[in-house]
Amino acid sequence: MHQFQIYRLTELEILGFDASFTNASLFMVLAVVLIVGFLALSMTGRSLVPTRIQSVAELSYEFIANMVRENVGQAGMKYFPFVFSLFVFILVLNLIGMIPYTFTVTSHIIVTFALAALVFVVVTGIGFARHGFGYLRLFVPDGVPVWLMPLIVPIELISYLIRPVSLSVRLFANMMAGHTMLKVFAGFVVSLGVFGIAPLLFTIAFTGLEFVVAILQAFIFTVLTCIYLNDAVNMHH
Amino acid sequence: MLASLAVLAAATAEATEQSGGLPQLYAPDFAPQLIWLAITFGALYFILSRWSLPRVAEVIEERRDRIQRDLDEADRLKGETEKALAAYEQELAAARGRAGSIARETRDKLAAEVDQERARADSQVNAKLEDAEKRIGQMKSKALAQVNEIATETAGAVVEKLIGAEVSAEEARRALEPVPGE
Repeated sequence: MHQFQIYRLTELEILGFDASFTNASLFMVLAVVLIVGFLALSMTGRSLVPTRIQSVAELSYEFIANMVRENVGQAGMKYFPFVFSLFVFILVLNLIGMIPYTFTVTSHIIVTFALAALVFVVVTGIGFARHGFGYLRLFVPDGVPVWLMPLIVPIELISYLIRPVSLSVRLFANMMAGHTMLKVFAGFVVSLGVFGIAPLLFTIAFTGLEFVVAILQAFIFTVLTCIYLNDAVNMHH
Repeated sequence: MLASLAVLAAATAEATEQSGGLPQLYAPDFAPQLIWLAITFGALYFILSRWSLPRVAEVIEERRDRIQRDLDEADRLKGETEKALAAYEQELAAARGRAGSIARETRDKLAAEVDQERARADSQVNAKLEDAEKRIGQMKSKALAQVNEIATETAGAVVEKLIGAEVSAEEARRALEPVPGE
């Protein structure tokens, strides 16, 4: 479990809280620098006919913009920067983690839970801001017989409240499990000697799969955020 | 999901044996991670929403506008072309109509002139014809008058030859004149 260990690079304290600059902090900062640097570099030309790197930036922009438009509608475009930031942040953190000897920030439950809780708070805030107490109708689906309400409403409420947990555990568990599995099988390569070729091949194949998982989990996190946003913005159940 | 949870459980057990806990669940590490997450994600959101994304949006927007402008311009030019074509066709039709009327006028004028000319020629010919008829009549009467004279002379000559007597012209004329009441 060495790869998930947090190291304090610089001890720091802000208002009595431990704000040490750790290896996790380093990779978070690196992700932000990479994202902002990439977007700045790709858009330097700002040409009408995009260069290759510019079209990558534009494609990612359009990809998330379409996702928000399809799931939430035009009203959701107000929250597009938030969704885009979430997507690229998680995506880059996941992908950085694929490089050997790096640290996967998203393999820590506290980070993914904080992100999911942020989504939960933002979505709930938007819901109450747009619909007032009418937002509570979200827990009372249309067309359900009254006698079922005592059953349905608690279920709806629990499924709503469980969202940050499911959202964060999904990302964290996928990232951690993948990395752990790679580590375990890579260990077999050494201990099995000549027959280590089998786990070696598996590890190579699994690395490819892990790249897919890294991208897919960032995507899933973003899509679910859009779906929750749709509930808050449009209240279509 | 289930598989990952199983691996997670196994890993937790392993980690517990090794170092007395999963690094992810080591509570004293939570605070620095949360604080730096807030700092980095906050910075990322701020920079992207204020600077990076508007720049991308601007370029995409500009491209869309440019294409729309070009399409509009093309539409406008097409409309103008159609208008010009319609004007040309209208002009052509008008010119054709004018040419037709000019041709008709010319034809009518020429026909009138021809008629006039023919009438003049006819009248001239008629005049000449009358003239000639008159002259013929004159010549005819003159010739008829001469016939009498020739007949008298001939009769005188014939009588002289036959009987050897000289007949005067007066006598011969008398003899030849038609007997009254015959």
